Amino acid sequence: MTPKDCQPVITVRGLKNAFGEQVVHEGLDLTVCRGEILGVVGGSGTGKSVLLRSIIGLQVPEAGEVEVLGENMIDRTEDEAKNIRRRWGILFQNGALFSTLTVAENVEVPIREYFPGIQPPLLDEIASYKIAMGGLPADAGPKFPAELSGGMVKRAGLARALALDPELLFLDEPTAGLDPIAAAAFDELILSLQKRLELTVFLITHDLDTLHAICDRVAVIADRKVIAVGTIPELLALDHPWIQEYFNGPRGRNAAQSYEKGATA
Amino acid sequence: MADLNTQEGDHPHGSVYRVAGALTITRAATTQREIDALPDPLTIDLSEIHRMDTVGAWIVYRTVRDRKAKVIGASRDEVSLLKEVAQFDAPTKVHPEEGRSFVLALRELGQWVVEMGGTLVGLLGFFGATLIGFANVIRRPARKFRVNAVVQRFDVVGVRALGIIGLMSFLIGIVIAQQGSVQLAQFGAEVYTINLIGRITVRELGTLMTAIMVAGRSGSAFAAQIGTMKITEEIDAMRTIGVSPIEALVIPRMIAAVVMMPLLAFWAMVMSLLGGGVFVWLQLGIPPTTYVQRLNEVIPLTDMWVGIIKAPVFGFIIALAGCFQGMLVQGNSEEVGTRTTTAVVQSIFLVIVLDAVFAVFFSSIGWV
Repeated sequence: MTPKDCQPVITVRGLKNAFGEQVVHEGLDLTVCRGEILGVVGGSGTGKSVLLRSIIGLQVPEAGEVEVLGENMIDRTEDEAKNIRRRWGILFQNGALFSTLTVAENVEVPIREYFPGIQPPLLDEIASYKIAMGGLPADAGPKFPAELSGGMVKRAGLARALALDPELLFLDEPTAGLDPIAAAAFDELILSLQKRLELTVFLITHDLDTLHAICDRVAVIADRKVIAVGTIPELLALDHPWIQEYFNGPRGRNAAQSYEKGATA
Repeated sequence: MADLNTQEGDHPHGSVYRVAGALTITRAATTQREIDALPDPLTIDLSEIHRMDTVGAWIVYRTVRDRKAKVIGASRDEVSLLKEVAQFDAPTKVHPEEGRSFVLALRELGQWVVEMGGTLVGLLGFFGATLIGFANVIRRPARKFRVNAVVQRFDVVGVRALGIIGLMSFLIGIVIAQQGSVQLAQFGAEVYTINLIGRITVRELGTLMTAIMVAGRSGSAFAAQIGTMKITEEIDAMRTIGVSPIEALVIPRMIAAVVMMPLLAFWAMVMSLLGGGVFVWLQLGIPPTTYVQRLNEVIPLTDMWVGIIKAPVFGFIIALAGCFQGMLVQGNSEEVGTRTTTAVVQSIFLVIVLDAVFAVFFSSIGWV
């Protein structure tokens, strides 16, 4: 299922996560290759966000190995983890912007933290172009998160995730809660940024249009593990009921059709 | 638009900045400093770099933009990255606009006055809304009175506070007895320690300290709970469902504070007397029976009424300030913190002011 020329950026082996009695993952394996956009899908409650949290080290798994950018993520000291954290950016589901800082200050937080030597005129300019790169208008910079719309919060979160020019970008449901036009624009934005900056993107989504439009491969989580990884045609060839239901349900077919129309037009 | 010339050009005069290796965010501060140190006209030679990220590109771009520097030796990827970042040149402000300091101070003063006026009007409005809520509940108690919510608040505000208020009062009783006996001993009047303990705790301190503790414990919790619900739009959800937040959230808390305050105050009085009693027994050798007998003689019943009558009023003030400040929260999580602080400060301040008013009032009606 993994392409031959794959340089693994994220490797998860035999992951087990459980909350008390409730086992979320058991024996979960997943590889993300350099330069790809990997979509992660699964029903509600299958542990997509928990998987993300285990990869980025917010959740300590009960068993298994997690390797990110060639470094083992389990049992790391804070200092060691810092070097890896510098190389990734994360967009949380609800933006997770610091509510007492302006958008521009939010973008500056990681830069200040890792590169305190960068002085204000340059720092502010970097924040400005990151904000523009995130697709926000210039007047969004001095605004506070509470003054932003849902779509702008996501863009601001993306700008902050891009602050350190990461190699690896984690997106947790980036288009959830956006209108279709804004969601399509966000997909475009991610795709163009990924091409431009040669990012590897780990994308959790429910949005079938996003899957069709930008994902190179899709990983399906069900029954506590990744049951399949591949391009959408590859997945459709499998005979798993959930996958068939997901991609061939009324919404799945519509998304596929509109994507094909877009591709031929 | 800046000139991103990639041709190898002549640079007979001026300075050349040659970067080797990686031009990335890691080296951003150093690179910028080095570039700033070089005189114009400047030429940047990128022929020896093997990696450039957007921050590196931005530094090159802004040097070209601001100092008309020339770029040479850039590969195709680097040129395209330079062009990419140029697209995003949209200067944005980092902080909201601020005026001059004097104007700013004046404006803040004005805003403060307006806000204070607004708060007073708002408090009056909130008080009115609460009264209407109470009227609704009284008119249709079967439907509107939330027994479960009220009982739960009784538990949180009253029962769970027994431990800490009891301990605090017990210790206060000991402190009064100890300090009082030291001073009174100078006049050989140690036996009057009992008068001191009895009258001061029953009349004043029992209720006052309880009010301060309840303001810190429950007033703050009211403000923080309601404030958080405001931020998460739970209050809006309630309104749209047709549940009045005043009836569902404010009134149970008010009832709990008003009913629990006198009970807690009485508990505090008893515990202070107990603390004082233990001290005089162990230190001054006055046996408990004598202590109780003396208390009975020196504390007029009106002292207890003075203490108990104040308590529900204080409870009402605490709940009003807490719920009102909670309802004022909007925007971000920091506001929950400031509003909670304001609620506690306001309620303690108002409690002490009212206590003074009560002291004058009760003295003037002859309950001395």
